[in-house]
Amino acid sequence: MSDRLDVRKTYKLFIGGEFPRSESGRSYPALDVDGAVVARVAQASRKDVRDAVRAARAAQEGWAGRTGYNRGQILYRVAEMLEDRAAGFVEQLKIGGSSRRQAEVEVEQSIDRIVWYAGWCDKFAQVLGNLNPVAGPFFNISTPEPTGVVAIIAPEKPALLGVVSRLAPVLVPGNTAVLVTSSSLPLPAATFAEALATSDVPGGVINILTGAAAELTPWLAGHMDVDAIDLTGSDPSLVEAAELAAADNVKRVVRFDAADSQSPYQIAAFTETKTVWHPKGL
Amino acid sequence: MTDTDHTPVLHPASPPLDWTYATSREASDLVSVQDRYGLFIDGDFHRPASKRYLTSINPATEEPLAEVAEAGPRDVERAVTSARKAFPMWSRLPAAERAKYLFRIARMVQERSRELAVLETLDGGKPIKESRDVDLPLVAAHFFYHAGWADKLEYAFPGLKPEPLGVAGQVIPWNFPLLMLAWKVAPALATGNTVVLKPAETTPLTALHFAQITAEAGLPPGVFNVVTGAGATGAALVSSGVDKIAFTGSTEVGKEIRRRLAGTGKRLSLELGGKGAHIVFADAPLDQAIEGTINGIFFNQGHVCCAGSRLLVQESIAEVFLDKLRSRLEILRVGDPLDKNTDVGAINSASQLERIEALVETGRQEGAEIFQPSCALPERGYWFRPTVFTGVSQSHRIAQEEIFGPVLSVLTFRTPDEAVEKANNTPYGLAAGVWTTKGSRILWMADRLRSGVVWANTYNKFDPASPFGGYKESGFGREGGRHGLLAYLKAEGM
Repeated sequence: MSDRLDVRKTYKLFIGGEFPRSESGRSYPALDVDGAVVARVAQASRKDVRDAVRAARAAQEGWAGRTGYNRGQILYRVAEMLEDRAAGFVEQLKIGGSSRRQAEVEVEQSIDRIVWYAGWCDKFAQVLGNLNPVAGPFFNISTPEPTGVVAIIAPEKPALLGVVSRLAPVLVPGNTAVLVTSSSLPLPAATFAEALATSDVPGGVINILTGAAAELTPWLAGHMDVDAIDLTGSDPSLVEAAELAAADNVKRVVRFDAADSQSPYQIAAFTETKTVWHPKGL
Repeated sequence: MTDTDHTPVLHPASPPLDWTYATSREASDLVSVQDRYGLFIDGDFHRPASKRYLTSINPATEEPLAEVAEAGPRDVERAVTSARKAFPMWSRLPAAERAKYLFRIARMVQERSRELAVLETLDGGKPIKESRDVDLPLVAAHFFYHAGWADKLEYAFPGLKPEPLGVAGQVIPWNFPLLMLAWKVAPALATGNTVVLKPAETTPLTALHFAQITAEAGLPPGVFNVVTGAGATGAALVSSGVDKIAFTGSTEVGKEIRRRLAGTGKRLSLELGGKGAHIVFADAPLDQAIEGTINGIFFNQGHVCCAGSRLLVQESIAEVFLDKLRSRLEILRVGDPLDKNTDVGAINSASQLERIEALVETGRQEGAEIFQPSCALPERGYWFRPTVFTGVSQSHRIAQEEIFGPVLSVLTFRTPDEAVEKANNTPYGLAAGVWTTKGSRILWMADRLRSGVVWANTYNKFDPASPFGGYKESGFGREGGRHGLLAYLKAEGM
């Protein structure tokens, strides 16, 4: 070991493709498995939620307007960036208490999950949509479209695979996201944001907030410009209040059985089915 | 007159032709309305434990039609228990057998179609030509379509093992009483759920006659139950031990239901209000677009959640189009719903009429210009003249709020971008219409309109195979088609 003093990283929020500190000026300690302070991370506030939703809204039309082929390549690029940083993620997961082997498996699964969803971008509409054989001279087709801006409360664990598993099905059909990381294990998600910044994901498509889920969930659930909220990873004690607040703009509330699973029906949960009719005739 | 001249000549002694309107009234004696109806629970009609009854009236005459039980919490609980008890048997029945019950019901609805159409018109005020030619054929079609799904569910969603949810509580509105029943009951039963249905306070009768049909069809007791009543009965059903609530109605009540179910883990689908934009481009076939616009807002007196209640007409043709629209309005026949020529029937209830009148008054006060045809209205009953507001701006309440009556708000636009911007500028997202002859423009518009249904060069078309439902505050979940089945299925990972 040299005597050189290491350069520590300042962990910040990820909003609109930039890395601001919390508007509130707050930070909180991220602890290792033994309770020692590893770093301080930004503690997002209601106003950070507001800024993140604004960035997500601004980016949504453009993201949805890209072709599925293009979104698929961008998500695949995210997997490439993760693979490149795999060793760093393994170290951060170990800080949170995972064994080396467990951490390696989680990182591998996270990368493979992104690759799996990347491939869905130009296919989900074929599986989830269809022509409808109506009883009349009409062309009638149902297609899935993005719901819009989606808030995600990531699970406390797994700290990386949970983030990736919740985020990918939201992005595939063209939604943009505001994700609240694990409160206790925020470092892998914060580092994931740095990988995103070097991939080709347009600014604002993914916004990542570290902080207290209990504090941020009600603001996201009640936000009138958030179209859906994924509470799969949420602490059950927060769900009832979130569902109450979600009623104000008929927000879609999504809760899957498992936070770290994958399915095309998880993509479906963040889509709206649009049905278009047109007469046939001369 | 010579032998070779075949020009018909009126006999000089003939009286002058009489062009006054002669009514063409559908016979109403083929439906026998009982004086009083109980609750349909466990396969039979029962007196309500609440001992209370509501009177359902004919909105075209204000005369009472029948007394209908008002279910209290105990009655609702009894119905839910009956459905719960029937669930294991019904869900485990071979799916092909379940299908045959629904096919049989579809056939019986067809057989009694005219009777039910007349009853629908008596109880709700809609023109007989609509209940006869739209509602009832679609009711039968919905049961026929969903019957066939019952034993094919494993093919509907690749990779999922579909299971029924249990007991579905369904709360339906008064605008399409029997059709909304069919939209809800057919998929619920086909997927193996049992049902407790709460029809609307003002239009309970066809649901009760439908209950008789299920009994005659031999549907096992408890599979389908009806609890009639008003808002309190619906609230009791929402708070009961059902596994799922399906609601069609106002956005306000939908939000309240969402709040009541918060934290319960119960499944919910909502089909709520709308403020549909009907967009007419300058290159549209104008006469067809006029008919589409008329149908879009005056079909069923405008009591339609997907009504095209905002007309967005391209500025360059606005004057011509509005002239045509006003002429067309003048020849709409408003009046007796049982008359086979009636275009616009009675407003469903006194309270709905009040709401329409209040919003129309707001429209005047906010400075929009009102046009109504000069037609005479019957003396008794609830009526409202077909109404068109011009000079409407986006911030007017009549451009933002659902009126749920025969009232059209007209706005103009110049570019396709502006049309999209205005069309999407409401909290709702249920339906939109586009009229243009340019194919690429239709698809461009359809991509950008944030609404669950887009009718291009047509409007207000419905089919059991076609998914229906909203974006944004128009609700979530779809009804109809393959997509609609998911609202009644439990599937791994969901």
